[in-house]
Amino acid sequence: MPTSAPPPGPIDELTLDRVTKRFPGVLACNRVSLTVRRGEVHALVGENGAGKSTLMNLLAGLYQPDGGRILIDGHPVRFRTPADACAHGIGMVHQDFMLVPTMTVAENVALGLGPRRSGRRLDLARVRRLVEGVAGHHGLGVDPEAPVWQLSVGEQQRVELVKVLCLGARMLILDEPTSALTPQQTDDLLERLTRMSAELPIVFISHKLAEVKALSRRVTILRQGAVVFAGDTGHTSTEELAALMTGHAVHQPRNEGGGAPRPAVLTMRRLVVRADRGHLAVDGLSLEVRAGEILGLAGVSGNGQRELADALAGLRRTEAGAVLLGNENLTGASPDRIIARGMGYVPEDRRQEGIVPTFSVEENLILKDVASPRFSAGPFLRLRAIHRNAEALRDRFDIRCASTAAWAGALSGGNVQKVILARELARAPRALVAIYPTRGVDMGAAEFIHGQLLALRAAGAGILLVSEELEELLNLSDRIAVIYRGRILRVLPAAEATRGQLGRLMAGVDG
Amino acid sequence: MTPRLRLAFAAAVGAAAGLSALAIASLVLVTIGASPWTTLVTIFTGPFASVFNAGEIGVRAVPLVLVALGVAVSFRSGILNIGAEGQMLLGILATTAVALHLPGLPGPLLLALALLAGAAAGAAWAGIAGWLRARLEVNEILSTVMLNYIAAQLYTFLLRGPMIDPDELMTGSGTPQSVRLPRAAWLERLIPGTRLHTGLLLALSLAGLVWVLLWRTTLGYRLRAAGAGARAARYAGIGVERSLLVAMLVAGAFAGLAGGVEVVGVHHRAIEAISAGYGFAGIVVALFGGLHPVGIVPAAGFFGLMLVGADMTQRSAGVPANMVLVLEGVIILAIVSAQVIIHNPYAQERAARFLRRVAGRKAEGEHPGAARSPTGEAGP
Amino acid sequence: MVHDVLALGVPFSVALLLAALGENFNQRAGVFNLGCEGIMSVGAFLAFLPPHLLARSPLAPWANVLGFILAPVAGALLGLLFALVTVTFRAPQGIAGIGLQMLGWGAAGTIFRHFIGGVTGIPGVAAWPIPGLSRLPWMGDILFHHDPVVYLALLSVPASAFLLNRTHWGLRVRAVGTHPRAADTMGVSVSRVRYQALALGGAMGGLGGAYLSLCQAHMFADDLVAGRGFIAVALVYFGRFTPLGIAGGALLFSLAQAFQNEIQVSGIKFPYEFAVMLPYVLVIVVLALARRSHDLGPAALGKPYDREVRV
Repeated sequence: MPTSAPPPGPIDELTLDRVTKRFPGVLACNRVSLTVRRGEVHALVGENGAGKSTLMNLLAGLYQPDGGRILIDGHPVRFRTPADACAHGIGMVHQDFMLVPTMTVAENVALGLGPRRSGRRLDLARVRRLVEGVAGHHGLGVDPEAPVWQLSVGEQQRVELVKVLCLGARMLILDEPTSALTPQQTDDLLERLTRMSAELPIVFISHKLAEVKALSRRVTILRQGAVVFAGDTGHTSTEELAALMTGHAVHQPRNEGGGAPRPAVLTMRRLVVRADRGHLAVDGLSLEVRAGEILGLAGVSGNGQRELADALAGLRRTEAGAVLLGNENLTGASPDRIIARGMGYVPEDRRQEGIVPTFSVEENLILKDVASPRFSAGPFLRLRAIHRNAEALRDRFDIRCASTAAWAGALSGGNVQKVILARELARAPRALVAIYPTRGVDMGAAEFIHGQLLALRAAGAGILLVSEELEELLNLSDRIAVIYRGRILRVLPAAEATRGQLGRLMAGVDG
Repeated sequence: MTPRLRLAFAAAVGAAAGLSALAIASLVLVTIGASPWTTLVTIFTGPFASVFNAGEIGVRAVPLVLVALGVAVSFRSGILNIGAEGQMLLGILATTAVALHLPGLPGPLLLALALLAGAAAGAAWAGIAGWLRARLEVNEILSTVMLNYIAAQLYTFLLRGPMIDPDELMTGSGTPQSVRLPRAAWLERLIPGTRLHTGLLLALSLAGLVWVLLWRTTLGYRLRAAGAGARAARYAGIGVERSLLVAMLVAGAFAGLAGGVEVVGVHHRAIEAISAGYGFAGIVVALFGGLHPVGIVPAAGFFGLMLVGADMTQRSAGVPANMVLVLEGVIILAIVSAQVIIHNPYAQERAARFLRRVAGRKAEGEHPGAARSPTGEAGP
Repeated sequence: MVHDVLALGVPFSVALLLAALGENFNQRAGVFNLGCEGIMSVGAFLAFLPPHLLARSPLAPWANVLGFILAPVAGALLGLLFALVTVTFRAPQGIAGIGLQMLGWGAAGTIFRHFIGGVTGIPGVAAWPIPGLSRLPWMGDILFHHDPVVYLALLSVPASAFLLNRTHWGLRVRAVGTHPRAADTMGVSVSRVRYQALALGGAMGGLGGAYLSLCQAHMFADDLVAGRGFIAVALVYFGRFTPLGIAGGALLFSLAQAFQNEIQVSGIKFPYEFAVMLPYVLVIVVLALARRSHDLGPAALGKPYDREVRV
């Protein structure tokens, strides 16, 4: 139940005053203060893990602050639950959409409205009219009867905006809104947000500095949970912003290119793979990764990347086509055979697919090699060898952990990724598939990971790098392929690719 | 949170859980007019009054250890074996059948074969559920529970029919029980004046074996990985489905063995109500013992004590033996709740915050009267 | 023979149907309660108690009604206990369910054995034939010549469907079982909805148990419920989480039981124990053959929800 009835009308000013939030073992927000005003878009910037999402989740009532206060138009407010925040008009659009996929748009909005605001009887017709009205007013095309799971990512985001506005948002918070959009869709969204900012204050969280410059008037930079800068976006350059974000001069490892084309080390030939829902996620895909190259795979998530990766790892059936490692046909081979033949894999969900969270770092590092003579003598484990291996890898890959006996699940995202990388790279694979390897990882760890990938490339392995970050792909790849609806639309040399071009290809426009 | 505080937190949660369990159990006792205090005292101290009863604790503990070891292996591998009751029954049938139909063999060999048969039968019964889970993703809790009911009917059918002692038919009493096992197929008594038998030694050595299996072998590593992180295990090439099946076979073998040991060690023939709830009690023992052999052995002793004590209260105070089920049920609820709370880092944080507030120290950021600009602007 | 099996099958399905419809609310909200079996035992016992105790008292005519009130109340309380353990404490639902089952089964058995023991009959509930319809040649016996609880159970099928699909509460239940975090951000209390669902599910389970002792067997025994609670949980999955599918499944299983009955009655030589096994084997066969689809059940089924967990 809301703690007090909010006054009607838009919010003029929302202030966070020395807000603090702790999680087990980490201080996520450290006396953060900032103010958002109507008429300006305020960007909240910081690396992955800097505390931006936590701060906004505090505003949305999902977490409780451990210290500090929140003020709306000068009045202190307290959000004990998301319902509170909602009632005060905080409208948050999360990075992962908060929509029930099996229900329609109207049902989702009705869920939020509840019986108090949409009649004791569930009257979906009334809700439908509300949705159409709000959507029309803001120029957001949305079909109230559509089941959410059928909508594309861009459409779902529009639905989220409409939903939040229907629920009476007097202020918008958007968490990484462009992470799953093509460059063109991003431009669309930014334009729309600029128009909406006249009516209500907007905060937008991002780590993409180009967008921050394009959209916001004011910017606040967080580093390790504390505010290190707050000022006008117009007066600060992108380089200054980056330096403030990381606290030091940013040096992203780049692929300097060079080297003659070498034979293919991983080949996919007219691959067909079915998705869980039954349709063909990968539909006749052909691609070739050469030795000593990084082939970037760009595409909006949901175009078959996950199913392709699963098929390459041997976890999903290939309905047709072939997968070759070197000259060896590994189509339909079991995962352990694929691993044994020299394929490495850095999975998308590092905490659930990359490590066993309740196993120690030591145990995780031998997850793929436990049966090898190095680590087992007959049926028994060679504990000392396992420990020595862990110590060596910990040094080589700079894994920050209290000891190698600590649970891998307790490590930070960046360190978990290092454990996974250490395990994969120590096996000297011929080919490596890496899915969103730096997602949610701070810049320091990202730098390290990029460096490791380039080193692996120099050692002659072929790397398939799947990523949503065009910058990462442009920096690291030799060639970039664009996947769309389960097929490769085009492959271009990275040196020739531009963001605009890639954006159009990602949206399915060839040429 | 400091280790000392964490220990205190765990102890507090454990105590609260234990007390809640006792409270619910006491409620039932009060309803039947029994004094909770007297009943519980009888249950937990009664057995020590005589050597025979003290020995009975060990007698009950043996099948509990065996079942619990199997349950621990299966739970740690990610498959929940609730079918120990049925697997025990199959083990009893197989052990009895083999012991009765190979009379000429020397004692140790006969015993070994009979027990192996029991283990194999239990493993096969569990394997049905294991296969269903591995190949068809059938929920193993449901399938093993159904298999329990089926096994019970099968057991009754065989004991009243093909396997009944012909003497019973002749004298007309018709007690469903098998022929008595030949003397060669009996386990030796350990302590005169009690029914405690060498099966205890077998159970203890198997406990050690399970420890080695789970933490010192490659197979054990794979089983634990499949249980603790099935997705990661799959990506690493560990055959999760195969591990699930193997774990169920092991669990069934242990339960079948428990049944066989009961036959050759205690009753020396197959009778009704022989498994007497050991299947379910074994699950509680496994949970209580932290799914680890080091915890299971003393936990089995504790539950053996409870079982003997409950029998005594039935005879002396008229508290039905079903009461044990109530105790087991509340203990399960208490343990699983306490475990989650103790290991939940967020609960720990909330408790720490609460304690800090109670201790009078102010939380960070609530300094009174600090005059600072609300936007906290700092220079670049 | 078919007519007799069907006529028996409908009332045989009531206990299963009520318990499974209740369990459906639980599972659609994201929690599966294996303690259903224990709840049914307690319900069966508590419904049996008033008719037994009040047999010769002036309150006798009210005894059945009293039983039908006690049983769901106790069921709801046990459902709330389960909610405390699995929703507030976030304990694993499978094992907690087994614990609840042992508690319920043990408590009912203990109290019964202590005070009563043995087999005592109770009068049960008389049939209310529906005027006119019950005289239809074939269908009359099968559908319209039963005690009122049967009609109630049949009506709960469309009632459940309505509750789930056309009310705000149903919307909340479905949301909480599919994407609890989304519901949370929209101001729906995930805990509260789950508690409500578990209470309702428990009440219906208790009612199912009450039917068993009051209307079907006219007595109580330790092994009266005989696994129906577990079968009810399986039925929800088998019925694809919809009331109509569940009704079909309940009928299927009760037909197996009715068939077993008929076999005994008609004197066909078939071992008693194998006939009793039939429903359980059927459950396994059905579970094995049911098409497994990843998108079948509520996506959040079985997973405790914690708002503070960093996603």
